Amino acid sequence: MSLWQRWCRWARRESELDEEIQAHLRMAERDRTERGEAAEEARANVRREFGNLLLTKEVTRAQWRSAWLDQFTLDLRFAVRQFLKSGAFATTAITVLALGMCASITIFALVDAALIKPLPYPDPTRLVEVTETTPQFPRANLSYLDYQDWKRLNTVFRSFDIFIGNGFLFAAPTGAEPTNAASVSAGFFQTLGVKLLLGRDFLPSEEVPGGPRVVVLSYRTWRQRFGGKKDVVGGAAILSGQVYTIIGVLPPDFQFAPLGASEFWTTIDGKSECASRRSCHDLDGVARLKPGASIESAQANMTAIAKQLERQYPDSNREQGASVIPCAEAIVGNIRPILMVLMGGAGLLLVIAWVNVASLVLVRSESRRREMAVRSALGASATRLLGQFVTEGVVLVLAAGALGLVLADWAAQALKTLIPVDMMPGMPFLQDLGLNWRVAAFAGALAVLGVLLFSLTPSIHFAASKMRDGLTEGSRGSAGKGWRRLGSRLVVVELAIAMVLLVGSGLFGKSLYQLLHVRLGFRPDHLATITVAAPDVGYGKDEQRVKLGRDIVAKVERLPGVQSAAVATMLPVSFNGNTDWIRFVGKPYDGKHIEVNERDVSSEYFQTIGARLVRGRYFSDAEDESKPKVVIINQTLANRYFPGEDPIGKQIGDTSLTPKSIKTIIGVIEDVKDGALDSDLWPAEYHPFNQDSSTFFRVIARTSQRPEAVLPAMGPAIHQLHPDVGSDGEATMEGRIHNSMTAYLHRSSAWLVGGFAAMALLLGVVGLYGVIAYSVSQRTREIGVRMALGAEHAAVYGLILKEAGQLISMGIGLGTVGAIAAATLARTLLFGVSSWDIQTIIAVAVVLGIAAAAASFVPARRATSVNPVEALRTE
Amino acid sequence: MQPQKQSYRDRIELLQGTLDLLILTTLQWGPQHGYGVSIAIKANSGDVLRVETGSLYPALHRLEKQGWVASEWKLTETNQRAKFYRLTAGGKKQLAAEQSRWEQLVKAMAAAMNAGLKESES
Repeated sequence: MSLWQRWCRWARRESELDEEIQAHLRMAERDRTERGEAAEEARANVRREFGNLLLTKEVTRAQWRSAWLDQFTLDLRFAVRQFLKSGAFATTAITVLALGMCASITIFALVDAALIKPLPYPDPTRLVEVTETTPQFPRANLSYLDYQDWKRLNTVFRSFDIFIGNGFLFAAPTGAEPTNAASVSAGFFQTLGVKLLLGRDFLPSEEVPGGPRVVVLSYRTWRQRFGGKKDVVGGAAILSGQVYTIIGVLPPDFQFAPLGASEFWTTIDGKSECASRRSCHDLDGVARLKPGASIESAQANMTAIAKQLERQYPDSNREQGASVIPCAEAIVGNIRPILMVLMGGAGLLLVIAWVNVASLVLVRSESRRREMAVRSALGASATRLLGQFVTEGVVLVLAAGALGLVLADWAAQALKTLIPVDMMPGMPFLQDLGLNWRVAAFAGALAVLGVLLFSLTPSIHFAASKMRDGLTEGSRGSAGKGWRRLGSRLVVVELAIAMVLLVGSGLFGKSLYQLLHVRLGFRPDHLATITVAAPDVGYGKDEQRVKLGRDIVAKVERLPGVQSAAVATMLPVSFNGNTDWIRFVGKPYDGKHIEVNERDVSSEYFQTIGARLVRGRYFSDAEDESKPKVVIINQTLANRYFPGEDPIGKQIGDTSLTPKSIKTIIGVIEDVKDGALDSDLWPAEYHPFNQDSSTFFRVIARTSQRPEAVLPAMGPAIHQLHPDVGSDGEATMEGRIHNSMTAYLHRSSAWLVGGFAAMALLLGVVGLYGVIAYSVSQRTREIGVRMALGAEHAAVYGLILKEAGQLISMGIGLGTVGAIAAATLARTLLFGVSSWDIQTIIAVAVVLGIAAAAASFVPARRATSVNPVEALRTE
Repeated sequence: MQPQKQSYRDRIELLQGTLDLLILTTLQWGPQHGYGVSIAIKANSGDVLRVETGSLYPALHRLEKQGWVASEWKLTETNQRAKFYRLTAGGKKQLAAEQSRWEQLVKAMAAAMNAGLKESES
């Protein structure tokens, strides 16, 4: 029955009841007037005879309600009254429970946003990421020619498209501004299933060499750079000095995590130098599976095609395989393990909170033994008493759940603001972080579990002990023993979980420390960096770019507080990649690709970042195109390919040793961390920027003062020199390292798990305190007797602390096993620390032991202050 | 309070549970509205039993909910619209059961009190 119908029925009954009573009054009045009473008198008499009209109606109405509901309301009122009466219990239980639920709900909201619904496209499970594989990279970029063959030969994809992130210099009113952009194949938006807000999608004729230059704008760009005008479609945008026709605008909710905050979307026309070489890999693939095709069949199909290409092009395609994984996996795969750990941590915290509140409920029910016995003796049935417990559980959980939801919503918003702004475009799915129906359903499930737990614990407890015992005066001791056993077990669980979380946070903390203190091979302090992008127009030739690099270095070096400056195509601590396939002159070559990191750096680079030269010399500024080609290698490359030899003077070339690719090794530097903080060291080669220049590079300055002070001056200085060159991304090297994805993930997991652990420690210790304090209160009489018989204070302390000590050591022992098991599960997230790190375990055991001992010392002290005479007099 | 109590002195308070039996018995002779039921009980008991309206209406509604009586709106002889209650089949069964229980109770009470009287006489 709908609520509306219910209400109608109720309203009809209400008016009928009114009429029924009015009829009664009128008939009684009529009888009286017929017997000769005056009308006024009759009315007054009838009303008096009838009695309390409102009360009659109220009692009659009460008959309509179902007995069950009636009882529930009664129980509810009673429960609320009970809770209000025992304010301390209610406050503690609700707070503890709300915190526990808040943590779980928040983390679930995170999991929901990132793992359950990461892709805002129709039928997202049919979208796959398609890439090549190499021995070095399980997922490597596609080359344009390989893509063409894969697309032509595959039988599993309904559509298959490619994308690449790049950038444009946008002619903003304030000068050239570097912007994020993306190039995609024409069917890209169709494959994703995205409908444009304005204008049209790309046409196939726009992805061929020589096709028209067209651009699709992101919604934000349309609003912010083009004033949000509808007639912008068909207009022109000048990007890096070229004119593009605007053909469409993306919808406001469009997101594609791999391309972050791309403002301009253009087509890949396959006319770049890289696209002409099968060995040049710079593309990513996304495809929609045909109906009936699975990830596995697609993987098999692509692997077969890759094998065929490997036979056809043994030089470029040697060991190039294929990888097909779900798109969601490609986007959130790296944060999944951390989310799982957080979910586990929050779950454990919730268990502690539940256990803690369950013990509170138990202790409270223990003190209500008399009340229950009296009610039972007065005829309350077992179900009636159970109903009372269920109602109390419902009230408790509802109050805590409501508070928990509010806190969780707040925490989710706070979590969102904690994510660094420049990291957000890479995780667009987190923008939707917050409460939704799935999160609410999760909270509901937790609430149901909680109600079951909190209503069943006291019921089972009472069922186990004879109700009648509650009425007899001296029975408290024996019943208390039962509770003490159960309560102690619960406290051991709490302490063990606290131990697991504490060890977890210790390990994450240590990982973070190790990560931030990893050997970098250079001095990251006092370094200021900025990114520079020059348009092809005006900087198309080597000499132009070399001059630009030299000009900028000279200009930045003259800034106050700058000691030296350099340019490099990639900064240290970025990622392993941007690789080159090399071969050594005079060494046997089996055709296997030797893949090394390649960075192009100016002559002052190594001195500026503080890298150490092991052998040979640095580049000189004069080494440009006119001089013989030179190269500096890192120690890893030297050790791996020149073991026991002096590499200086040896030569490196491309896979077929093309004469113009031959470079002479002039120096070996100590390994510099090129990749992310937690990545391995790769062999690396460094080319002089003056022999291998580019229009996109970084400027690094070593400063004598705080590098932050130099940052604001760098952009304007470059702009003043070359107004058509754009710059952005000013950051100190330490800031970059600190805010890198790896550091961020480690730091956030350390903090979150640390927060859970702190709460768990608090709850566990409070739980222990509760058990010991209860035990002391139960044993007051016993302690009194002992002291009356001459027991020393020390003996009484010993008595109490022994009990506590047993619980603590059991908790720590169990916790150690659990901690090692948990850490083994999460070992991929640890860095530089093993899952059974003895130091951490011992430190945590000591901290937990001391905290727990302190918590049990308080009741022990109270026990010794027991006055024997008083104690014996009670009961 | 005191004077009001006085006026009720020679009336008998209804035993718990007997009101339902009285209502069912009254309705045995045909459909009747609430006022009619109260008048009938009063008259049939020789003015000894008086039903409080505060108990009568809750009892009628309770019996209706249990399905022992059904109600419908009709006009009285004096053209007054009133809610008439009538016994249902279930109500008749219930009445029979209640009546036999009541008779047992009366017999048992009488026997017990007779025994008590004899004892006190001897």
